[in-house]
Amino acid sequence: MSSVAHLPQDPLPIGPRPAPRALGGHLTAWLRANLFASIPSSIMTLLLLFLLGKACIGLWQWGIANAVWIVSGNDSSACRALRGVGACWAVVPEKYRFILFGTYPFSEQWRPALAVVIFIALFAVSSRRSFWRKELFLLWAAALIMIGCLMWGGFLGLSFVTQDRWGGLPVTLILATFGLAFGFPLGILVALGRRSKLPAIRSLCVLYVELIRGVPLISLLFMASVMFPLFMPDGVNIDKLLRAQIAFILYAGAYLAEVVRGGLQAVPRGQYEAGDALGLSYWQKHALIVLPQAIRHVIPPLVNTFIAFFKDTSLVLIIGIFDLLTTAKTAIVDPAWQSFSVEVYVFVGVIYFVFCFAMSRYSRSLEAQRGTN
Amino acid sequence: MTTSTPKRPPARPWRLSLSDPRVAGLFWQILVVGIAVAIVAFLWSNAIHNLSVRRISTGFAFLGREAGMPIADSWIDYTPKDTYLRAFIVGIVNTLRVAVIGIVLATVIGTLVGIARLSSNWLLARLAAVYVEVLRDLPLLLQLLFWYVLMQGLPAARQAWKPVEGVYLSNRGLILPSVPLHEANWWTILALVAGLIVFTFVRRRLIAQQMLDGKARPAWPYALGLVVALPALVSFLSGASWSIALPELRGFNFVGGLTLAPEYFALLIALVTYTSAFIAEIVRSGIQAVPRGQSDAAKALGLKRSFVLQHIVLPQALRVIIPPMTSQYLNLTKNSSLAVAVGYQDIVSVANTTLNQTGQAIESIALIMMVFLTISLGISLFMNWYNARIALVER
Repeated sequence: MSSVAHLPQDPLPIGPRPAPRALGGHLTAWLRANLFASIPSSIMTLLLLFLLGKACIGLWQWGIANAVWIVSGNDSSACRALRGVGACWAVVPEKYRFILFGTYPFSEQWRPALAVVIFIALFAVSSRRSFWRKELFLLWAAALIMIGCLMWGGFLGLSFVTQDRWGGLPVTLILATFGLAFGFPLGILVALGRRSKLPAIRSLCVLYVELIRGVPLISLLFMASVMFPLFMPDGVNIDKLLRAQIAFILYAGAYLAEVVRGGLQAVPRGQYEAGDALGLSYWQKHALIVLPQAIRHVIPPLVNTFIAFFKDTSLVLIIGIFDLLTTAKTAIVDPAWQSFSVEVYVFVGVIYFVFCFAMSRYSRSLEAQRGTN
Repeated sequence: MTTSTPKRPPARPWRLSLSDPRVAGLFWQILVVGIAVAIVAFLWSNAIHNLSVRRISTGFAFLGREAGMPIADSWIDYTPKDTYLRAFIVGIVNTLRVAVIGIVLATVIGTLVGIARLSSNWLLARLAAVYVEVLRDLPLLLQLLFWYVLMQGLPAARQAWKPVEGVYLSNRGLILPSVPLHEANWWTILALVAGLIVFTFVRRRLIAQQMLDGKARPAWPYALGLVVALPALVSFLSGASWSIALPELRGFNFVGGLTLAPEYFALLIALVTYTSAFIAEIVRSGIQAVPRGQSDAAKALGLKRSFVLQHIVLPQALRVIIPPMTSQYLNLTKNSSLAVAVGYQDIVSVANTTLNQTGQAIESIALIMMVFLTISLGISLFMNWYNARIALVER
């Protein structure tokens, strides 16, 4: 009895906790969580908003409010009057044909334009997973031959245009795409060679890859433009664009070899052994079993490498080949438009950005897909 | 019970057929090496022939001749009357100058932007993402030309922008205040470096002792003595003066202070911003690679915040960060060769001028390659050493 009296009263049941205090509506809650979560965060937000606002107002005034959009007949006086105050976008409509296609004959410029369209279509088709089949190689070969025919001409009433008149965006795309198309098989061979059990072949491949990757691309381009003629027998004269293209292929081969090697290392040993057990030869084993798996593994880094090439083609400016950046730089040599290089660089930058951004988005979506698989 | 030793199959006799893997291996190696040697020999014989036709003598004898090439921006004494060898050395110093400072700045900015991308502040994270995306998707050469054009569009020296006292930005470049370094200052700097080295060893020893008995030994008295007091004492004894020299406008140019020429400044900005975008991504993925449980566990153990970052999160993140960071450092060094596009005289630019003046194409390009291979090897060795030092020690 008494023991019961010692017991405390029935403990009060713990009532439900009060609902968390609402931070406010949807928008206010978001603002408080993401922009004003703490005092330092709020200070940072206000500071950034201030700077961003200032930058936006400045850019708006220069780039839009005070800008000159169009002038008549190559007359840049309106632009020069506003120099430093407003942008002169009029230089773009004035010069875009030269920037995009260089010195290609003006009336024939639909041909490089069509070539650019074919390039973009080729990339678009290649990016579809359902097209990753053997036929894609044939498609690439057909497209590249078609581009060559369009650019050179010399048949069906198309006039012949020599390479030294090519320029602008098609040249950038040609250097990058042909560099990839030829560098990729080379890279596969070198990657296989680097993993080969034969010491002489392995060391040759290591030497090639490390030598190319150890030096700047510019020195390879100098080699192609200055040294290459020294190494050719008398009377053999290879065009400058082709020499630069060869340098790009060798450069691409070394970098792609390292990417492919990463993929080869990711293929489990059992796959090789299964190939051996089936009695396949070395080439059969690699072509049918190992490489298809290895390359699928490395498609995102391959796209990233391709983005890097696309940007690196701009280096041919230094050896005087008319790619997109060189034509842009040449367009503003014209005394009337000399002081508006920023506008031209912005225009060219947008073109480069669109290509690279699309590719990097694509590479990221591939990685995301692989993550969910 | 007999111990059965695994029996090695008897060596098969060689068959002179490609179906014997050993013969096939030998055959392919001889074939590939033979083709490579043949190509090199063909190119070499052509080169010898062409050089003799053009009357260009091979060899590095030209390095002793007078260069006659002006180099505006140099840290070591140089006049056009000096030899090609000296011009090359100036070029190498200029390359290293942009590469080393660029690597340091790109690492700092890249790390900050990488951390900013993970910030809980939405605006900061977005801005950092835009920074990375825009800079990564534009060619470096375009960015370099853009900065250079902006640099040229700056006001003349007389109307220079003056954001802070002693700092001027004009079309002559960036002019900063400097501290003139006399012999006494160098002794002080030497003392500081020596103090730092000794302190590193002392600290390591203190930690080793703490490992034995678990007692914490503060390192700060040693730091105070070796890194602060010792250099201060040397500075006092040697009578070093640390007066700051402010640049002054005289005539059309600045006198005194440290001048970063527009070419150098544009190259540095372009290299640093471009590379920092890549480094930011590396740092971000490195931090994200450390599982959250690691820092939660450390906090649960009652460790201090700074200790958690320094001893738990950072060492693990660094293991992921270091290898790709190494290749970014190598890229920055190789990309510094774009200097030739804006006329900053680095090794590539000097070699290019030499090549045009003397026609020694093979030697000039061989020198470029040698310099870059050496620098690349140096960075790789250092980073591999560092990587091995921080690597996970497994049983």
